[in-house]
Amino acid sequence: MSETRTMQETFDCRVAFVEQLLELARQDRRIVVVCNDSVGSSNLVAFAKEFPDRLVNVGIAEQDMVGVAAGLANGGFIPFVSAAAPFLTGRAMEQIKADVAYSNYHVVLCGQSPGMSYGELGPTHHSIEDFAWMRALDNMTILAPADPVQTRAALRWAAGTDRPVYMRIGRYKVPAVTPADHDFVVGEADELRVGRDLTIIAVGTLVAAALQAAETLAGQGVQARVLNMATIAPLDEAAVIRAATETGRIVTAEEGVLHGGLGSAVAEVVVRHRPVPMRMLGVPHFAPTGKAGFLLDYFGLNAEGIVKAAVELANQSP
Amino acid sequence: MLLQTEFNMDSLRAQVASASVAERGRLLKDIATEIRISVLKTISHAGIGHIGGEFSAADILATLFFGVLRVDPQRPAWEQRDRFILSKGHCAVSLYCVLAKLGFIDSALLPTFAGPLSRLNGHPNRRKVPGVESNTGALGHGLPFGVGCAVAARIAGADWRTYVVTGDGELQEGSNWEAAMCAGDRALANLTVVVDRNLLQQGARTEDTNRLEPLADKWRAFGWDVFEADGHDHGLLFDTFTAPPSSKPRCVITHTTKGKGVSFMQDRVEWHHKVPSPEQVKQAVTELEAE
Repeated sequence: MSETRTMQETFDCRVAFVEQLLELARQDRRIVVVCNDSVGSSNLVAFAKEFPDRLVNVGIAEQDMVGVAAGLANGGFIPFVSAAAPFLTGRAMEQIKADVAYSNYHVVLCGQSPGMSYGELGPTHHSIEDFAWMRALDNMTILAPADPVQTRAALRWAAGTDRPVYMRIGRYKVPAVTPADHDFVVGEADELRVGRDLTIIAVGTLVAAALQAAETLAGQGVQARVLNMATIAPLDEAAVIRAATETGRIVTAEEGVLHGGLGSAVAEVVVRHRPVPMRMLGVPHFAPTGKAGFLLDYFGLNAEGIVKAAVELANQSP
Repeated sequence: MLLQTEFNMDSLRAQVASASVAERGRLLKDIATEIRISVLKTISHAGIGHIGGEFSAADILATLFFGVLRVDPQRPAWEQRDRFILSKGHCAVSLYCVLAKLGFIDSALLPTFAGPLSRLNGHPNRRKVPGVESNTGALGHGLPFGVGCAVAARIAGADWRTYVVTGDGELQEGSNWEAAMCAGDRALANLTVVVDRNLLQQGARTEDTNRLEPLADKWRAFGWDVFEADGHDHGLLFDTFTAPPSSKPRCVITHTTKGKGVSFMQDRVEWHHKVPSPEQVKQAVTELEAE
């Protein structure tokens, strides 16, 4: 990881996930957890201890896992499916489509260790396609909390809705990016920094990098607006249109594929409503070997990469 | 058994419930014949449908819905209802005809089947058809869903039961075996899977495609009680479905004939989704009524 990133104090979203889940389960007996031999990797040991009857571990069987979750929703429960994001989304895609999205069951799919957080385990274990795959599904709300505060808020919201939800739960520690006076409102971009020269729209692990990039850009006389787009779907189109209209340039940054993810979602709004120059940062191909931090730097998914893209854009006439 | 009085039971189901063994078989047979004729007319009118599998499953559906299931057409979302999942969702017309006869939906909807904007899609949609629990159609989805229902009843301490009807070719989908293993491991005695063993799949015989036998042994090896029954013997189906639960999930392999009841359709692979001509409909009705 770059030096600036490691200098900040960082927090574990997984701890927030399990603490909030336990709190919700204590309040609502309908909440159950479904997992695939992932009690340890999903940090569910405490949940298993406190609610042994409400933890359904189906073993290494993701299609069954998601089908079972939909059946539990049919039977009056609120299932939180907790599994490594690449296998949850990839292996059970048709169950997610038919049993959850099309059947419109209130199942909360929690993709653990998303993006390239499994680093050197390689692309089989990376979940960089999940935004694109989930965005293709009707009825699906897609969340990617950027820090523990957002993780807790996302879980609370997901427990209270009545529709399918997919959310990423980050693996590696991240800086806190949500100011104390901000709420996470699902469906609304969180403006973390004001600016009129360009807008950086980032999600999840890239939000902290976006804030650092904005700081660097400010030193160069470029005032960048920073939006934390923790809701990928339904997208806050109004915030995107405002960014295009008021700042004229947009950089997107995500730990995911370039086709179909946040950058694509923003671009779809921009071309329909207010075409402006854009740069999209993401993962362009299957990753080489290396730890997550190395891979983020390798693909320019860091403050320096965002600054570079922003400067290119700023030098381009709108 | 239909002994509960807490849900609305129409006179026909009440009659089935209180009938003698012989009388019950006759009543269910008449219902199944009516369902088949209704399916035939619906598919013929729509010009699309999977009539072979509809007819192999018609007696199973008639026996379950009119003799076994604790469901309430006036309260389709009643929490204590038994769950019925048609995993072989391509045979939706039998289900629609059963639901219409029970009053879950208006039978005037049947002629709209597969038509523009009809609530009756080619495969069932729970958001449009009361009585449907899950949007099946993609194969291998019903059993995992049913396992979830059965686990839900167990966690809730509820006594409602779950019934899943699968095709036999459908058992080539691996998701079924993930779910079978899970149900066996959890000893879900409140779950019954009914396999419509008509020996045919879309393109050929199951055993010439990807062999299923020894099928009963497979289920047993996964921890299930296995019953085998003639899938067109209503009395036997009723007895098997209502036998007292053991400590294991129940698999009923029903030996059936695709296109059952119509001479030119029976056990013919091409009648998987062929649509009968008006003359064939007439002949089929005659044969079904004569059975």
